[in-house]
Order: sequence, then C-alpha cells, then structure tokens
Amino acid sequence: MFGKSDVIPGRRLTLGITLTFVSLFLFIPLAAFMLYASGMGFEKFFAAVTDWRNVHAYGVSFFCALTAGIINALFGLIIAWVLVRYDFRGKKIMDALIDLPFALPTAVAGIALTTLYAQNGLLGKIFYGIGIETVFSPIGITIALTFVGIPFVARSVQPVLKELDPQLEEAANLFGAGNWTIFSKIIFPELIEPLLTGFALAFARGIGEYGSVVFIAGNMPYETEIAPLMIMTKLEQFDYQSAAAIAIVMMCLSLAILLVIHGWQARQLKRIGGVVGA
Amino acid sequence: MAASFLFVMLIMPLILVAKEALSKGVDFYFAALTDEFALKALYLTIEATILAVALNTIFGLASAWLLTKFDFCGKTFLGSLIDLPFAISPVVAGLFFIMLFGRMSPLYPLLQEYNLAIVFAVPGIILATVFVTFPFITRELVPVMESQGRSEEEAAATMGANGWTIFRRVTLPNIKWALGYGIVLCSARALGEFGAVSVVSGHIRGKTNTLPLHIEILYNEYNFTAAFAVASVLVLLAIIILILRNLIENAGKASLQVSNLKAGVAND
Repeated sequence: MFGKSDVIPGRRLTLGITLTFVSLFLFIPLAAFMLYASGMGFEKFFAAVTDWRNVHAYGVSFFCALTAGIINALFGLIIAWVLVRYDFRGKKIMDALIDLPFALPTAVAGIALTTLYAQNGLLGKIFYGIGIETVFSPIGITIALTFVGIPFVARSVQPVLKELDPQLEEAANLFGAGNWTIFSKIIFPELIEPLLTGFALAFARGIGEYGSVVFIAGNMPYETEIAPLMIMTKLEQFDYQSAAAIAIVMMCLSLAILLVIHGWQARQLKRIGGVVGA
Repeated sequence: MAASFLFVMLIMPLILVAKEALSKGVDFYFAALTDEFALKALYLTIEATILAVALNTIFGLASAWLLTKFDFCGKTFLGSLIDLPFAISPVVAGLFFIMLFGRMSPLYPLLQEYNLAIVFAVPGIILATVFVTFPFITRELVPVMESQGRSEEEAAATMGANGWTIFRRVTLPNIKWALGYGIVLCSARALGEFGAVSVVSGHIRGKTNTLPLHIEILYNEYNFTAAFAVASVLVLLAIIILILRNLIENAGKASLQVSNLKAGVAND
C-alpha cells in the first residue's frame, strides 16, 4: 500500500484523513457494538431475537417495506417514463418534486401523513368511508414507507431510460412489433436492473425507517410495532441487550436484501453477456 | 396517473402542513416559532448540520481523491465500507454510539473521570448526524472524478505544482458542481435526521432537542398547531434545498457542455 511512487501527490495525506474518519465514525462505533453484542451470551441473544413481540415487529417492518417497495417500483417506473418520454407544462417542477422525500425531514412527513389519513383527515374520510383504516394500521405504515421510498426507483430508472437508443424501438416498429411487444421485449429488459436497484434501496430504507412511521403506526404491540421502534422501546427500558439483538436481526435483514439483489444482478449480467457473446 | 399519485403523496402533505400551521392564526404561528425551546432546537439543528457538513466535506474530498487518484489493495472494500451507513437503520446507528459511549462501554469510566458527556449531549447528536450522512459527498464526487481521469493532475504534478495547487486549480473547478450537490444532499439529511438523533439525544428540552425532535414532543403533547408551525419551517428549508439542488444540477450540466465544447475544439 505504501512506498509506491505516484505522480500525483497526496496519497499519504488523503489515506490518513480517510482512515481516521472511517475509524472514528464507522469502525470504532461498529466494533463497540459488536463487542457489546458478543458479550451477551447465546441464550440471552436467542431469547431476545425470538421473543414473539419482536418477531411480529420484524414481520410488520418486512412486509410493509416490501409492499411499499412494490408500489414504488410500479409508480417509479411510470413517473420516470412520463418524465423522460413526454413534454408538458410543469415537468421541471414535477421532476424536482420527486426528491421531496429526500429533502423533507421524516418527522414532518410523519405528522403530515398522519393528519391527512386520520379518520377526520382530508384523505382519511374517503378511506374510512369505504371501511379502510388508514391510521394506526399496517396500511398506514405502508403509506409512510411509500412516501419515503418514492425517489429511489424513479431516480434509478430515469437515466437508463434516457440513454435508451430510440433506433431500436423504430426498428422494432418497422418490423411490425406492437407497442406492448416493444415495451416488454425491448425496453423493459433494459430497465430490470435499475428497477431492481431502486426497489432494493427503497426496501432496505423502509425496513430501517423510523421517523415517518412512528406517528402513523400507533405503535400497538403485536399489531403495528416496527423493528426500529422495538429498539427504541428496549432502550427506554434500559434493556440494551435486547436492543442489540434486534439491531443484529435488522442488519442481517438489510444485508440479505442487498446481497440477493446483487447476486441476481450479477446473474443477469452474465446471461446478457452470454447472449451477446454467442 | 403519475401526476395524481404525486399530487396525493407529495403535494397534499405540504398543503396540509401550511393549513394546519396557520389554523390558529398568524399570531399563534409566530408565537410557536419564537418559543424559547423552538429557537434553541433551531440553533442546535443548525449547529449539528454545519458541523456534519463541514466534517463530511473534508472526508468526502479526501476519500474521493484517494479512491480515484491512486490504486491500492482493499480499494473496493473501502468503497463499500463508506457506503455502509446506507444499509444501516438510523436507529441502529444511534445504538452504535450508545454502545460506544454509554454506561455499558469500557470507555465510560474514562469519560466519567474527565466529565465528558457524549451521548445524551450535543457531541452525540453531531456524531450520529455525521454517521448517517457519511457516504453522501464521497458518492457524488467519486463518479465525476473517475470520469475526469488523472491526466490533468498528472500533467500539473510533472510541471512541479504542489498538491494543494493541483487540487485548487485543476481538480476543484471540475468537481465544484458535484461537490455543491453533495453538500446540499448532506445538509438536507442532516437537518431532518430523526431516528439516529432520537436515540442519542436523551430529549432534554432546550439542551439536546433538535427541530425534528421538538416537533415530535409538541405533537405528542397534542399541541398540533405548534408542531405544524415548526414543521412549516422545515418544509420551507426542504423547498429551498430542492431549488438549490436544481440550480446546481442545471449549472453543472451547462458547465459540462461548455467543457465538452472546449474539448471538442481542442481535438479539432
């Protein structure tokens, strides 16, 4: 790593700064956490991880984040499509607005969505009118997670769609392919990768999300408690060991999601590479 | 369909915040904003944001320089390590710092001896904010610096320019828009961070409460109008951030086109 002569100066300096920051802000906190968790003992860990109330909370986090990710994959694709393929008034504003969930503090989003979807709220009235409980239910959690995840898919599909060669579509059109065939055979395969990346990011974010969810969830045990909330609850009870155990489960969950998507992408790339090679 | 989805999901919440904030009149609105605790929370939020952005700018520039100008083993690993905070829930990130500086930590007796409070105090809030915004600036800089290549810097170095001059005169003009973009994204996240800060803050009013935490307290006290009044400030900041983001993006595109044009002329 050292002792190589570079033309560009600054190797030692930037290496020093980078390693200092990575150690101070990432590595040491992570190591402290691991150290604490490893001193817990397997039985205590196992008991905390498999506590039914916690298991239920992982489930709520997982399924609500999954549903929100799927909704966002669908609408993100449509939004990206509209923004790339059509010109209309207000397009720029719409384009900027998509990033709102990144810019708006999650607590603000949380209280706004809760008031909007509450029984006497503007949108809540409609939903409660047809018998759907939108607040203090998994549906409410899914709404909040959908809000938080909107930019991920749209932003990863948009550039790929922009780069797509229009000649391919024209050629397919000349050969008599219909709109649907063109979309499903020519456009969609190109979009699978960014779509999945965006979905995975939104999904992983949804599992860890706390600020926007706590207000709308109602936090009822065995019903609408999410995994990050369980960590908060354990911390308030000074039960640090259980908090650490739940954190480990959550970290494994998000890591697994990212790995599965990565593996899937690698296989896809290989397959596409194979076709091109043949 | 896309427009109606965005209207329901994005615009309606914004209108609602404004409506609720003003529902008890303008006087109440300003009273809620100039409340002692709201102002203190605002100061703390600004303090944490400025410090987190400053630290992350130094780190972002150094790590992007390291990752793009040199080859070394473990480069890919370092790159993914920097991205780690994206995969970790903010609440878990907060927990890391509790484990590091809290009562169960081996460091705790030492901290006690020197009377240093880190968690449940301002330093903890800053540390947690830096953690969650850690990858932002590096992530914006690396692709731009990668595509610029090393030749310009190498040429400058061969002609005897020192590191700082190379950075200031050669690299910085090429990456300034990406850097600005990263800083905007980083500030947005730092301003609004809730989960991680909530864990390490201890919620001491007037001391360790940031603006988002202040909103939570007001809301949980059924003081909805005041909560929305404070929230409207953050909405305003979010809109400013979105506008800045777009300005930077457009300026960046324009400068890219100019430099491509120049490159084209040079090649002719």
